[in-house]
Amino acid sequence: MKKILSLFAGLVLSANSFAAGGGVPLQSANVDLSDTASLQRGASLFVNYCLSCHSAKFMRYNRMGKDLGLTDEQVKENLMFASEKVGETMDIAMRPEDAENWFGVLPPDLSVIDRARGSDWVYTYLLSFYEDESRPWGVNNLVFKDVGMPHVFWERQGAQKAVYKTEMGHDGKEHQVIASLEPADPAKHEAYKNDVQDLVNFLAYMGEPAKLQRYDLGKKVLLFLLLMFVVAYLLKKEYWRDVK
Amino acid sequence: MDKLVAWIDRRYPMSKLWNEHLAEYYAPKNFNFWYFFGSLALVVLVIQILSGIFLTMNYKPDAEMAFASVEYIMRDVEWGWLIRYMHSTGASLFFVVIYLHMFRGLMYGSYRSPRELLWVIGMFLYLALMAEAFMGYLLPWGQMSFWGAQVIISLFGAIPFVGDSLALWIRGDFVIADATLNRFFAFHVILVPLILVMLVAVHIIALHEVGSNNPDGVEIKKNKNADGIPVDGIPFHPYYSVKDIVGVVVFLMVFSMIVFFAPEFGGWFLEKDNFIPADPLKTPEHIVPLWYFTPFYAILRAVPDKFLGVVAMGGAIAVLFILPWLDRSPVKSMRYKGPLFKIATFIFVISFIALGYLGTQPATELFTDMARLFSILYFAYFLLMPFYSAIDKTKPVPDRVTFKAH
Repeated sequence: MKKILSLFAGLVLSANSFAAGGGVPLQSANVDLSDTASLQRGASLFVNYCLSCHSAKFMRYNRMGKDLGLTDEQVKENLMFASEKVGETMDIAMRPEDAENWFGVLPPDLSVIDRARGSDWVYTYLLSFYEDESRPWGVNNLVFKDVGMPHVFWERQGAQKAVYKTEMGHDGKEHQVIASLEPADPAKHEAYKNDVQDLVNFLAYMGEPAKLQRYDLGKKVLLFLLLMFVVAYLLKKEYWRDVK
Repeated sequence: MDKLVAWIDRRYPMSKLWNEHLAEYYAPKNFNFWYFFGSLALVVLVIQILSGIFLTMNYKPDAEMAFASVEYIMRDVEWGWLIRYMHSTGASLFFVVIYLHMFRGLMYGSYRSPRELLWVIGMFLYLALMAEAFMGYLLPWGQMSFWGAQVIISLFGAIPFVGDSLALWIRGDFVIADATLNRFFAFHVILVPLILVMLVAVHIIALHEVGSNNPDGVEIKKNKNADGIPVDGIPFHPYYSVKDIVGVVVFLMVFSMIVFFAPEFGGWFLEKDNFIPADPLKTPEHIVPLWYFTPFYAILRAVPDKFLGVVAMGGAIAVLFILPWLDRSPVKSMRYKGPLFKIATFIFVISFIALGYLGTQPATELFTDMARLFSILYFAYFLLMPFYSAIDKTKPVPDRVTFKAH
């Protein structure tokens, strides 16, 4: 069964390669939804750092609590800042007009951002902020050029500088291109990578909470169909014995 | 029980219908793997109608609410995610099944006399299915829903004189908007399914009138025993009903693997961009229809002129309608056709798949040239068929079907 599934997954993944983009190689996010502790840490990061400008208006607090093994009280005390009731969805107080004034664009709702962009993209994006004085917030992003979002995690990651190299362009002229990003504090950067891993894990969960159920149910359904196949096949064989 | 049946039979031809279409419908005994797809198409149709009914209970055909209502189904509706994935997976698998079903007909000459009309009815079914899929795809109201519909409907604008007003009439607005969403919803849940179900009935009536073809292309009705039953025929029920159950279970296994483990199917069944709500002000980087339309989309883009492109795309589908009259081979089945027909069909299959791939890719210069080559090969397969099928060297067809008892 596992073999068939992994073969199947391989086929699907190979179809996916065309969907990448941006020219920057994406790093693998290694999403693991079975790691509940990581999902809880990710939820905490999400409500503390993201959920003031970005909404997640399709996600309910109590659903999240239930899926992440938290009681309603725990959710209320640790993860709810903007809402009153645990049955509410993750809305924000910021007015859209203000947001457009401050950031130039409306920060997108993040409920299904993982499904729209892909986990690897979000992971790489959150690791790819670098100092750029020409931008309003002093940072730019390798994956999302001239993004309107400030680097909200800069205190956790520390600054990151771009290292340039000279490359011959197609037009025959030399260009300065970014070769790599260099963190100012490598130890801090490593810890931040774990944060991002947790956060992306949580975003992957939030994109499709049903994921936590559908794999388990899928195995049961397939097992049932396998049994049914045996019965159906034997029945067919029995009937077809008289066909000469 | 017998009394009840007799009571009904005096008032409604229940037993008669049962016998004519199942218990005494004699199908050739040599059906192979390819003959599963007809019954599977029926199974997918049922899956789509049932899952669709439950989706309709929670979906809101309103430009302001459509996207959110789909997410509501995915999160808050009991088993909503399962219903929605069944419907989205079913849509793609419908086309997989139908393409294989059509290819079966192509291979074994199932469109040849006396089954020309059966083929043409099937083609109308295919058209209705395309309309159904196209309009259903607008409903989630994501970026690809919106822009896909925008591109396809704007194609009508390429028709001289009436084009622009026609496109406007279809949309009900100057861009894809709430009015479009509402009418597409109405067509998707009532009009087209009704047409589909009725055409399926007509398709089956036509099939049972002329009888099923088979991999040998031999008419089993030519060879009957004293009771008037074809010697190579077996009653559909129970023989093919029990056999088709095996096919259905295998199909459901594939179906479940996708629904439970890979519902997006790597972006082929549910596109990433469709998880971004429709935004009339922001065009996605490249707009791609779902995979089942991409061969025709590639043909459209291969033609430099927009109107002629639309004509070519329409022609690519229209030419399938006249297939029964293009094939001049003295034999039906690929098994007894000569090398010319086999090579031509091989090239056709390659072209169709290649066009399908090219339709998903950005139209670079190289890809456009390739799409042109494959479009020419696609049309050549059909338009040259009267010639190569007539001069091809065929093999003798046996009197009876080839069958080895299991």
